Amino acid sequence: MATTQSTQIGGLGYAVKRKEDPRFIRGKGTYVDDVKLPGMLYLDIVRSPLAHARITQIDASKALAMPGVVAVITGKDLEAAGLAWMPTLMGDRQMVLPTDRVVYYAQEVAAVVAEDRYTAADAVLAIDVEYEPLEPVVDPFRALQPDAPLVRPDREQKTNHIWHWEAGDKEATDRVFQEAEVVVAQDLYIPRIHVSSIETCGCVASFDRVSGKLTIWMTSQAPHAHRTVFSLVSGIPETKIRVISPDIGGGFGGKVPVYPGYVLATVASLQTGRPVKWIEDRSENLQADSFARDYHIHAEVAATRDGKMRALRVRTVADHGAFDAAANPSKFPAGLFSIGTGSYDLEAAHFSVDGVYTNKAPGGVAYRCSFRVTEAVHMIERMVDVLADELDMDPAEIRFKNFIQPEQFPYKSPTGWEYDSGNYPAALQKALDAIGYQELRREQAEKRARGELMGIGISTFTEIVGAGPSHTFDILGIKMFDSAEIRVHPTGSALVRIGVQTQGQGHETTFAQIVAEELGLPVENIVVEHGDTDTAPYGLGTYGSRSTPTAGAATAVAARKIREKARLLPRPTCWRSTRTIWSGATTPSASRARPSAPRR
Amino acid sequence: MRTVPISVTVNGEVRQAAVEPRLLLVHFIREVLGLTGTHIGCDTTSCGACTIHLNGKPVKSCTVFAVQADGAEIRTVEGLEQDGRLHPVQEGFWQEHGLQCGFCTPGMMMTAVALLEANPNPDEAEIRRAISGNLCRCTGYVNIVKAIRYAAEKMRQPEVAPAVAGGGED
Ligand code: FES
Ligand code: FES
Repeated sequence: MATTQSTQIGGLGYAVKRKEDPRFIRGKGTYVDDVKLPGMLYLDIVRSPLAHARITQIDASKALAMPGVVAVITGKDLEAAGLAWMPTLMGDRQMVLPTDRVVYYAQEVAAVVAEDRYTAADAVLAIDVEYEPLEPVVDPFRALQPDAPLVRPDREQKTNHIWHWEAGDKEATDRVFQEAEVVVAQDLYIPRIHVSSIETCGCVASFDRVSGKLTIWMTSQAPHAHRTVFSLVSGIPETKIRVISPDIGGGFGGKVPVYPGYVLATVASLQTGRPVKWIEDRSENLQADSFARDYHIHAEVAATRDGKMRALRVRTVADHGAFDAAANPSKFPAGLFSIGTGSYDLEAAHFSVDGVYTNKAPGGVAYRCSFRVTEAVHMIERMVDVLADELDMDPAEIRFKNFIQPEQFPYKSPTGWEYDSGNYPAALQKALDAIGYQELRREQAEKRARGELMGIGISTFTEIVGAGPSHTFDILGIKMFDSAEIRVHPTGSALVRIGVQTQGQGHETTFAQIVAEELGLPVENIVVEHGDTDTAPYGLGTYGSRSTPTAGAATAVAARKIREKARLLPRPTCWRSTRTIWSGATTPSASRARPSAPRR
Repeated sequence: MRTVPISVTVNGEVRQAAVEPRLLLVHFIREVLGLTGTHIGCDTTSCGACTIHLNGKPVKSCTVFAVQADGAEIRTVEGLEQDGRLHPVQEGFWQEHGLQCGFCTPGMMMTAVALLEANPNPDEAEIRRAISGNLCRCTGYVNIVKAIRYAAEKMRQPEVAPAVAGGGED
């Protein structure tokens, strides 16, 4: 596919220095905490020192008497405005501030608004909160016992069990297990982790009382989706809300959830008519922002004695913390966990997952490769190794033996996923050749003979990414499409606006390259904008490796439409580029459109 | 609120202000002087996003009071580019893809500049030791090391025709 032209214009597959870097290497990025507005106030948060407690009293009088303190917001204040709770993306609800009890350590208890950061921090210490400690439950298995403390008495169901979900055919799977020659089983705990982007979360909310418009600069991986949530929570129409996600210091899924701090800053701005900034400390970020994983998995594989896997049975307890606020845009409560048959051809599989509340910060951030796929991949790959161990087989050999074969595609997995294409044996063979697998095994044998330890690990990986197709993905009924808007100016430069939002991925470069490739315009003449809901087209944001597959595809499709249209028009005389969509020397091939050859 | 007058030379310019004794230097730089290239990534002196030069030494400005900098020379990321010419370390980070989100980058570059001023030809281990107080959550450090090596090489070369700072968009 390489053409000289692609090199010259910096199209796909060519090294281009990043277009966003000139501002970053000069310290001229604009991250949320760099936003400073006239009259801006600062919000800081009182957090719970207990994982589970009844709040008996909040005394803010000392704080309110401090010079520079403008307001204190408690759950009772929010309750009066109908804002004490907010909906989560998983159909649950979450406290913005508690009215009677805290349900995890470092949970938001009250907010202070002051003229500056230091005063706000002082005022936080001056607020007296009385707690009556309750027994916390932090182990999900304990939480499922009938006498366990109830995490969420606000719900109708008086249990810590949130949901039960299954995929695959239970009967068929159990049948294979009954007659199997070999069964291996393993408990796997994928621990709770924090994504810990280097920039913490925060926002500047600014409500203009004259126009009635609310502008929020926020650390958002999904500015449009967040605008929709803000509109649903506040009742302000989306036309009167502008979310701006400026430069973002890393996201890793942690900037998908809506945190109470965003809502509190917004309430404070609505109340005071002044801009309000809230920026988390790192300690707050690590304690109270949503976590990822926390899956307790019990997996079993049924196989033949010669190492052919026949069925997979997986039971999982998913610890979601105190609110089911997972950042999961799939239609399934356990995300894409049922992709866990991986790269292997099985007769049957069955997955069941039970979501559980505990007294911990919310879980379910999609850290690294989308929604429960990491958990699924770890589980199946571990199980293949466990089986290999049991049968004393080479881990590569057992994988070759069980791969879906190239001629089986399109392949329907026992949990219902359709795999369109692939050649797994060739891919693994290539990887083994590249690392000199046989040689490594020899080296290992020698070292072991000398009493030295050397390990070799193998893993294969079939991932489902690009949250897009609406048969599988959805947020709030919006589906998971994405968008691009392209304007080509008369002199041959282009402005591209996209619905996804970079947090370091380099969209301003990658998407410019896509347009360069499609339109034959040099990459330096293409400017990519994103993150401002007033100017960017609606999109569902960046997470789960979805930006290029969805918005990238939208960008290419839009560019192709422009190219076709341009062919019908005379070239403007002011056009400066020599390699243009107007040159029309060749028509794109049927299989893959490519910019036409340079011509003067 | 008691304030103390201080005078600091920042990127070659004398700046004076009356500050609260407890004001952190990083807040002084960001909020009083408006130089927001210096970032804050933690509250435990762990991340190094706030690294600046205080009298030529790289320090974490979140862990120094502004009053302690009275009379000092400070250099921040904004002071790296000279007369429209990028510092070789800035060039290196751009050339070698030494950044993704860019949040750690100013602090990382200030540490790198201090290293190269003290040791013009560091090996990989020395580079890694020098940046061990700076966390990058995105890149995995490999390209950061490359970027610093690129800069080291560039700085050791005799001065030729000045490279013009790039980065003009459209
Ligand atoms: S902000 Fe100074 S070390 Fe993290
Ligand atoms: S580039 Fe994001 S933390 Fe270093």
